[in-house]
Amino acid sequence: MIDLKSLMQPHRIVMMLVFVGFAVWCAYALRWDWLPKYAPLALYGIWTTLWLLVVTVVLGFLLAVPLGLMQAVGPWYLATPAKVFCTIIRGTPLLLQLWLLYYGLGSLFPQFPWIRSSELWPYLRQAWPYAVLALMLSYAGYEGEVMRGAFKGVAKGQLEAARSFGMPRFTMFRRIWLPQALRNVLPTLGGETILQMKATPLVATITVVDIYAVSSRVRSDTFIIYEPLILLAVFYILVAGLIALGFHWLEVQVLGTGRRTQ
Amino acid sequence: MNVKKLLASSLAAAVLSAGIASAEEVKIGIAAEPYPPFASLDSSGNWVGWEVDVINAVCAAAELDCVITPVAWDGIIPSLTGQQIDAIMASMSITEERLKTIDFSDPYYNTPAVIVADKSMDIEATPESLAGKVVGIQASTIHQAYAQEYFKDSELRVYQTQDEANQDLFAGRIDATQADSIAMADFVNSDAGACCEIKGAVKDDPAILGRGVGAGVRKGQDDLREALNKGIAAILADGTHEKITSNYFSASIY
Amino acid sequence: MTGLLDSLGLAQSAELLSLSPPGWGRNLLRGLSHSLQIAFGAYALGLVIGLFGAYGKLYGGKVTRDLLAIYTTVIRAVPELVLILILYYVGSDIINKISAAMGGGRVEINGVAAGIWVLGIVQGAYATEILRGAIQAVPLGQIEAAKSYGMPAIMTMRRVTIPAMMSFAVPGLANLWLIATKDTALLAVVGFNELTLETRQAASSTRAYFTFFLAAGFLYLMVTLFSGVIFARIEKWARRGQPSLTGAGR
Repeated sequence: MIDLKSLMQPHRIVMMLVFVGFAVWCAYALRWDWLPKYAPLALYGIWTTLWLLVVTVVLGFLLAVPLGLMQAVGPWYLATPAKVFCTIIRGTPLLLQLWLLYYGLGSLFPQFPWIRSSELWPYLRQAWPYAVLALMLSYAGYEGEVMRGAFKGVAKGQLEAARSFGMPRFTMFRRIWLPQALRNVLPTLGGETILQMKATPLVATITVVDIYAVSSRVRSDTFIIYEPLILLAVFYILVAGLIALGFHWLEVQVLGTGRRTQ
Repeated sequence: MNVKKLLASSLAAAVLSAGIASAEEVKIGIAAEPYPPFASLDSSGNWVGWEVDVINAVCAAAELDCVITPVAWDGIIPSLTGQQIDAIMASMSITEERLKTIDFSDPYYNTPAVIVADKSMDIEATPESLAGKVVGIQASTIHQAYAQEYFKDSELRVYQTQDEANQDLFAGRIDATQADSIAMADFVNSDAGACCEIKGAVKDDPAILGRGVGAGVRKGQDDLREALNKGIAAILADGTHEKITSNYFSASIY
Repeated sequence: MTGLLDSLGLAQSAELLSLSPPGWGRNLLRGLSHSLQIAFGAYALGLVIGLFGAYGKLYGGKVTRDLLAIYTTVIRAVPELVLILILYYVGSDIINKISAAMGGGRVEINGVAAGIWVLGIVQGAYATEILRGAIQAVPLGQIEAAKSYGMPAIMTMRRVTIPAMMSFAVPGLANLWLIATKDTALLAVVGFNELTLETRQAASSTRAYFTFFLAAGFLYLMVTLFSGVIFARIEKWARRGQPSLTGAGR
């Protein structure tokens, strides 16, 4: 953690003064009169960004566990599809995946009229299910690769010991293998989650109103360019900082030692 | 440090020499996303359409050396003020709100805004009829401004391009869209738009919908604005405007 | 061939993707070439920034180190899409102001150069961290040995540090290259005609969204797989003469 003493070096004080000066200049020289009008919309956008992030990280991780397991120990007919899935997700831009899911699938709807009368239609009409699906698959693809390594990294001896005690396979997985693998991946999770946060603004291109979409709306309504973008950047830096702190805390709780993750 | 410096300076030189062109030509910004029948990319990579022909005719009449430069519609005004382009000729209506930031030439076309919806839907172009419906609009357009003002009881979905809104209308994800009447006439006459029909024009509000489409220029660029005005007046007077229009539409759109 | 395509119902897609009009294949390939140009340029710029950045972080003064820390932290915390917008607008503003101050006229920046500049700054932050880690991994004794023989600093860097750190840096740099190719897609949102925007234009002109997005995905995947092969060779080359590092890296 940052202590006060390290901040009190002369050059850092100067830098902080420069930063404060910049902030004051921003507050006075730039236009902020639009803020009150767009504040409710911005709150809604922040809420959308945050729930998208949390939901897709959780779902994506749940999907990554079987993907990693299939690749690590699965028979070839499970390992190959899992590997192909991870390669495709990691090898193509998320923006393209998102558009393929949203507009590609959308262009197929009219050919199958029964879809519109199905019970799923009210959801298929919305944009957020596609955003959740695309972000979830993306996280699963990247984290699935990490989980593969994590499962392989669990020491053989532990598993052999469990087997020699006659532990059933599923219990062994639940009690020994999975917890060990989770410990192995924990240090990478924070970074992956920040990367996922950085992917969320793409959903604005398929009409989901997240905080990025709100800033675009301000820009197009008022033609103010920099102010909304500066606020947007500050918001993402804050969230990234909170994610890093959160995972740092989790690491200390679970592993007992905290490695500073930058 | 020589190696690094050499590497850096040669790279910088490569980037700059590739990047900086002479600044005599007039860069006319159009939307990088297709907007048929006004401007769209054909399969051989050329921009074609009514507005592209008009740009060429206006520039020829005004004796300007124009280069058509596609930029994202969403950021087209920042691109103009940030000097990446010199003028916008991208079906941009002259509105009070935009006049606060940029200047406009005289209008070169004017069309009403219409509501398009599925044929089976009983929808009229009124806020009451659209209440509770999902209305798709393109970002940064007069239609977005209008819908935000008048369709307060509708769910608005904002697209980056009108094409994507049309696509979602076709897919059934939105109930209606508001856009320019000519672009929509083109859409409903195509295969993809066969689902839908024009339900009527919305009630005019000149403060929001503006007074026709003009060429946008930076404030204070009066020379260019005058030159464009002269070009527009010339093609209107000598029948070029009419001739181009007849290649695309059955009626005048001025 | 035609019969086979017909029977699979792919004749229409094949026609849409053919290289001569009315096919849009040429547009996609042109987009791909723009994407690759931008990716190459941004990657090279990123490596240069990264090398300076890494040296600055390791051996620079206090102020340099703090400034670099701010640079890498901010760039790695803000979404690329937002950075692209900020750098794109700010970049052309600054260049024009400098040019005006020097009495020059307006400077125009073409799409490829702007894309290189924007993505290069982003790549530089990641490259700084990768190279810093790699330089730190070089055994200190090797550098000290060079110093004790009186080797000048620049020669030490060229002959000792860089070759020795290569094997540590290559996996990270390979990953960074893949990020560069995929990040070019984000430039579609600011209107650069790279592969993703060309795809979007073709798709919305023909309404064949599925065909074109799949085709573009295939092209990106080919670039990824091909790059994987190349980088595997580079890694093998960078590790020549070293004992095999079992358990390290992947």
